Amino acid sequence: MIRTRGLCYQYASGGAPLRFPDVDLRQGGTLLLRGRSGTGKSTWLSLIAGLRGAGGGDLFVAGTQIGTQRGAEIDAWRARHIGFLPQKLYLSSALSVADNLALAYFAAGLPRDDAAIARALARVGVAELGERKPHQLSGGQAQRVALARAVLLAPQLLLADEPTASLDDEAAADALALLQDTAAACEASLVIATHDQRVVRALPGAQVLDLNEIGLQRLLDKREQL
Amino acid sequence: MKSIVQLARLSWRYLWSRPLAAVLNLLVLTLGLAAITLVLLVATQLDRAFERDLAGIDLVVGAKGSPLQLILAGVFHIDVPTGNIPLQDVQALQANPLVAQVIPLSLGDSFQGARIVGTTPDYVQHYGATLAQGRLWQQPMEAVLGAGVAHGGLAVGAAFIGSHGLGGGGHAHGDHPYRVSGVLAPCGCVLDRLILTGTESVWKVHEAATADEPEDLEILKEEREVTVALLRYRSPLAAVTLPRQINADTALQAAAPAIEVTRLLRLLGVGADVLRAFGGVLLAVAAASVFIALWNAVRERRADLAMLRMLGAPPGRVAGLVLWEALWLAALASLLGLLLGHALAQALGWALQAQGLLPVSGLVWLPAEAGVPLLAALVAALAALLPALQAYRTDVADLLGQP
Repeated sequence: MIRTRGLCYQYASGGAPLRFPDVDLRQGGTLLLRGRSGTGKSTWLSLIAGLRGAGGGDLFVAGTQIGTQRGAEIDAWRARHIGFLPQKLYLSSALSVADNLALAYFAAGLPRDDAAIARALARVGVAELGERKPHQLSGGQAQRVALARAVLLAPQLLLADEPTASLDDEAAADALALLQDTAAACEASLVIATHDQRVVRALPGAQVLDLNEIGLQRLLDKREQL
Repeated sequence: MKSIVQLARLSWRYLWSRPLAAVLNLLVLTLGLAAITLVLLVATQLDRAFERDLAGIDLVVGAKGSPLQLILAGVFHIDVPTGNIPLQDVQALQANPLVAQVIPLSLGDSFQGARIVGTTPDYVQHYGATLAQGRLWQQPMEAVLGAGVAHGGLAVGAAFIGSHGLGGGGHAHGDHPYRVSGVLAPCGCVLDRLILTGTESVWKVHEAATADEPEDLEILKEEREVTVALLRYRSPLAAVTLPRQINADTALQAAAPAIEVTRLLRLLGVGADVLRAFGGVLLAVAAASVFIALWNAVRERRADLAMLRMLGAPPGRVAGLVLWEALWLAALASLLGLLLGHALAQALGWALQAQGLLPVSGLVWLPAEAGVPLLAALVAALAALLPALQAYRTDVADLLGQP
């Protein structure tokens, strides 16, 4: 779940703080985060993941109030509760697919569980690719591997950044379906940051947080300052 | 503990994901450490050899010439002597109340590169050497082999013919073969490289070689010579007067080994310093090379590292990955460097032994070598410091929302 109240972020460079609309996402729900680049999409994501401190307001993610923890605590919390599917995937080219998944254990400071890695790969339909290197994968396979990595530790919240960018219609539909199925399988809430209309159309029931409006608001603020 | 193993495993993978850089860094680091190991081994062994061979010898007396040459020839047997001195003068020294002991040495012949030294049993006693087989010489033309010389295949009872000169290749004294009466146990000192016999044997061989007539033989007997005399003082006070007295009042030269060897070690020390500095430069280059490699690795892997942070790795663990990569290099380079250093010392030992020079071995392990891995770890850690810091500061937010 995600609940924000008056969440805002103050850029280090100064200027007016970025104010985000309140969000209430129940556990297991889906949220579409929309907005052109520069509207604060990545800032909102990094606030939710505990990577940046909020400038104000209250933020609850997966039952925890974010902002009160020290660095190591928030890292450990992120390891256990947040799954992240980045747009560029970021599979390490030095490691095999299975070792890439094992990074999640290493990062969390947990012992490696090869059986769980095999299960996670099987769940996204790439059970046979464990020994390959990332450069030997197709784009779709690589995304599945990255998804397996994201949900390996059964997170309560799955963040997906532009999962359909550069995919054709059919592949995009598959990717979305897999993303939803995977999130549902571990009962995770799903946040999809996207500006792809196909995603909006494919997920008519999802909640939407549209940052284009606040982007517009900031623009107006700036104009006033001038 | 478990996470350390994981860290080590993962950093090992990362290290070899760039094999060229890894091998190059390993090479430079190994060479630097090997040079330092070599200097350590050789310098320590030479110091020890000098110390052992010099122990208890207060003064070396011989013909006029270079005092260092006299010491090198008379004590270490690695240079040609300055000449011979009359036996009578040596006997006069023996009568001097300041002198406790005189050991005469007569040089001139060799066998397969090993010097044949005519002396008294005192010489063997002086170094505390013991016999491994047989007995000491008791009559002329009996010889005792040093442990190193006996490896040549000579055994007790065997006969051999000395050749004139110290380097080999001189004419053979065929009329007067030596007979091996005993073999010394290894003493780790100069005796290992020598063939010992009675002073009379050397006289006999040479007088017979020079004299044509029986009268000549008589004259030669009158003018008997030795090459050097090793002296032990009766009191430390002798050091003040005796050398000056000998140098000023007689045709002999007296050289104090302590002074000459200090001079020699200072000369050799320059060589050792150069090699050590060379090793230091190599290590500095290695540090720079490792630094550049890690710096690039961190830059190339910024996304990997950020992803690790995103997956919940604390910054320390991410930095540890970089540090461990350097430590792996240090560990491998220490191992290879020590092995290479010892192999070079052994090769140098062979080369020196082939010339009958000082014994150096690569099979000796010194406690001080424990410093080599430490040094390697220090260099590696130093090189990894900035890249690790860079990794520590990896900004995860870079991963998010990149167009």
